[in-house]
Amino acid sequence: MSPRSRSLPALVAGLLALLGWCHPALAVDPAQLSDPRLQARYEVLIHELRCVQCEDNSLADSDAWIAADLRREIRTMLQQGKTNRQIEDYLVSRYSEFILFKPRYSWRNAWLWSLPALLLAIGVTVAVRLIRQRAALVDQDDSEPT
Amino acid sequence: MKLGRFLIPLGVFALLVLFLAVGLNHSREVGVLKSPLVNHDIPQWELPLLNDPQHRLGSQALKGQWYVLNVWGSWCPACRQEHPVLLKARASSSVRIIGVDWKDDDADANEWLTKLGNPYTDVVSDRAGDTAINLGVAAAPETFLVNPEGVIVYKQVGEVTPRDWQNEFLGRLPPELARSAP
Amino acid sequence: MLPELGHFALVLALLLSGLQAFFGIAGAAFGRSRWVAATSSAVAGQIIMVATAVGLLVYAFVTYDFSVLYVAQNSNSALPLLYRVAALWGAHEGSLLLWIFLLALWTLAVALGTRSLPQRFKARVLGVLGLLSFGFLLFTLATSDPFRRLMPAAPDGRDLNPLLQDPGLAVHPPVLYTGYVGLAVAFAFACGAMLEGRMDQDWARWTRPWTTAAWAFLTCGITLGSWWSYYTLGWGGYWEWDPVENASFMPWLVATALIHSLAVTEKRGLFKSWTLLLAIIGFSLSLMGTFLVRSGVLVSVHSFAADPTRGRFILAFLGLVIGGALTLYAWRAPLLKSNAGFELTARESFLLFNNILLVVACATVLGGTLAPLIADTLGQTALSVGPPYFRPTFLLAMIPLLALLAVGVHAGWKRGNLDHRTRGILLTLVVALVLGGAVVLGAFGGRHWLAVTGMTLGGWIILSSLLDPIDRLRRSLSLPRAVLGMAVAHIGVGVIVLALTGVESYTTERDIALGANETARVGGYDFTLAGTQPVEGPNYSATRATVLVSRDGALITTLYPELRRFWVQQQERKVAGIYNRRGTDLFIALGDDLGAGRWSMRAQIRPMITWLWLGPILMALGGLLALTDRRYHLARREATAPAAAAGERA
Repeated sequence: MSPRSRSLPALVAGLLALLGWCHPALAVDPAQLSDPRLQARYEVLIHELRCVQCEDNSLADSDAWIAADLRREIRTMLQQGKTNRQIEDYLVSRYSEFILFKPRYSWRNAWLWSLPALLLAIGVTVAVRLIRQRAALVDQDDSEPT
Repeated sequence: MKLGRFLIPLGVFALLVLFLAVGLNHSREVGVLKSPLVNHDIPQWELPLLNDPQHRLGSQALKGQWYVLNVWGSWCPACRQEHPVLLKARASSSVRIIGVDWKDDDADANEWLTKLGNPYTDVVSDRAGDTAINLGVAAAPETFLVNPEGVIVYKQVGEVTPRDWQNEFLGRLPPELARSAP
Repeated sequence: MLPELGHFALVLALLLSGLQAFFGIAGAAFGRSRWVAATSSAVAGQIIMVATAVGLLVYAFVTYDFSVLYVAQNSNSALPLLYRVAALWGAHEGSLLLWIFLLALWTLAVALGTRSLPQRFKARVLGVLGLLSFGFLLFTLATSDPFRRLMPAAPDGRDLNPLLQDPGLAVHPPVLYTGYVGLAVAFAFACGAMLEGRMDQDWARWTRPWTTAAWAFLTCGITLGSWWSYYTLGWGGYWEWDPVENASFMPWLVATALIHSLAVTEKRGLFKSWTLLLAIIGFSLSLMGTFLVRSGVLVSVHSFAADPTRGRFILAFLGLVIGGALTLYAWRAPLLKSNAGFELTARESFLLFNNILLVVACATVLGGTLAPLIADTLGQTALSVGPPYFRPTFLLAMIPLLALLAVGVHAGWKRGNLDHRTRGILLTLVVALVLGGAVVLGAFGGRHWLAVTGMTLGGWIILSSLLDPIDRLRRSLSLPRAVLGMAVAHIGVGVIVLALTGVESYTTERDIALGANETARVGGYDFTLAGTQPVEGPNYSATRATVLVSRDGALITTLYPELRRFWVQQQERKVAGIYNRRGTDLFIALGDDLGAGRWSMRAQIRPMITWLWLGPILMALGGLLALTDRRYHLARREATAPAAAAGERA
């Protein structure tokens, strides 16, 4: 974890002091749901949600109290029969989309999700064009590999 | 275009540096969650009083008046830093300041308030932490300013500095509350 | 007194690096042979000064000199010797000094190890390296001086961050930084070519071994980091797509593209501007990684203390250096033309796709890493990007790449000649598919299509890479190191693919709560808590649990996970108990003391994880083999002899 910082504005210093609470020991949470299907959904959910205090960890791996509370809350909601979407919506309404590790599929995030495929398309087009150019030169070219 | 394409890497790089530079100026706020609840109704809450668990206080009962909701705990070092500011705020204004003692122990909380002073008009306790989650609290201290219609007009993440109290809280309160009671 | 000497040594190093830069670049530009000759002396002077500074800082650590602020912040009277030395790079200022030291070492290596290089070109390379040293030394002296004094001296130090108090600290940063900094050499070679205004196949031949060496170090460094976090952080994860992890991965992706692009440039004189660009991008990603870790721009578990001032300096440095290089590129690259041709199925074609796909993958990771920042800049509400984004998008570019790899190793230069190899290619594919399917269905109880794909691709790559070496040995042909190295490295890739598939698809993880003599079954293994006892370390108190692991009633091993509480920083660190059983790790880490002798624990069964560490080692080994090939050590080469080349494929 980040070593304590020294000369920073109080706000950031306060936050960083709290980061000192983010040691791994408390992340282990043996609580389980009796229904194996709910348990499976639970395990996926807590890995896909960010701990709002130790922000680089998932809820599954974070030690902070708030993470344990959030895990408990999720278990309760699962047992109440809420869908994954409803649970996520609730948490997003309280903590913003920052709590999701997976950006939502929305028009706002469209650029993020389409970027890889777009880059791939551009890359392949460039490659194919280049290869065509070079293939046309093969017979005139009498250089050999060194 | 033939030669222009060799300038593309430079162009992309310049854009990148621009973003990083802007990001640097924002870095004070990195990791600070901007609450989506601001300018929305405060989620319904109701909690028992710290030293009188038979009685409860909640958002419904508080409709019609301004109040400040401060989430704190005796285990929280930043809360200790913020405490004097709250004491001063209590002394110099007449808005209701409700403390939510979060994930704490009754004895510790009382010791804290006795030793350091009690800035709150009311203290309620959230032992389980459900209410805090419902309010979108990620860490302590966090402070809400709620108007008589029950809308969160401002949320402070982290400790309240004197400047924050002056600008963000007093600046939004009606003038009669911004003064101490006669 | 000594710390002041250290500071002074750094000032001298700054001056000498400035001279190195000046003599090298101006000397070559104006044809002053005396200046050019003086460059090497400046290099020698610089390394002596930097080494002195490093030595003095190490001495301060070893002798508990808490009058030095950096030592007081990162050490303690109870800290064992190994960590007192390794604490040198435990925080920002010291890790910068490590950067500078490694840069000086690489520069020295280039100065000594390149006798066949023309003097002017070599001076340019050393000059560019000198510029980089100058920038880093300036940054250090201006904002991050490790020799700052603490007056009055602290009675004792704040101790090294407990998470770093592990032998992994002694190796991971130095090896990783060696790789990062090594990319500066490729960058300097590229700048040298651009300043010179020409770039031929000899240039590629000189640049290749240096780049491959940097790449090999980077491979090992990243793997060490992954392995270290796996066993030391207590939740058994090995890659989180954390911004700082991504910052080390992106230069690696580009470096991989670069070593392959250099091969084409050397062999056929093609892809010259590509190679230049990759060398520039690789190093700029290296610099950007440095920026990200220290500026507070992104949230990460790995970050050093955030400081926007430092961030501004590095960003300005980044802007100048890379901006300058890219401007040079825009000016010089259009002049690099070639009329060489190649067919669709030629090796060049495969390598072109290789480069494009690696760059696409890198750009994807970059986009995802910077997305929160971009959203913030555009005034949007918070955007968060984590593994659920990176995994599918990374695979999108990688899966085609891996398939092309299996086929491409057989392609000949210029004319492909794949029809001779079709039988071999198809045969290996079928075998891999059958084996992969069998493993997935049989050993693990069949599941995802991704698992079958992964097993097949990994197996196919391994078998494919073996075909050529075996064929050569069978026909008693020569097997040059370059060819062998390539085969070994590609086999390493296949091993990684197999391992990742196994680990990602078939890991079993469960959090359990055990009291004395209680047992829990996880993934077919029984974990029994025999008891716990308190232990004392040199600077910590710990609880050590004894956990018996058995399967079908037979005891396999006893594990001793610990929860250590460090006295000074009052922080805890877990030490997991790990046992490796035929490539599978049995992993257990302590969680909470639940009272009455009960403890919560995390148990994991991780199949094939050993291959995850061995694969990259094979890759690095392959790189090492390849760069020691004879061709790089011949003083001068004759004009290409096609007959001589006919026996060699590589």
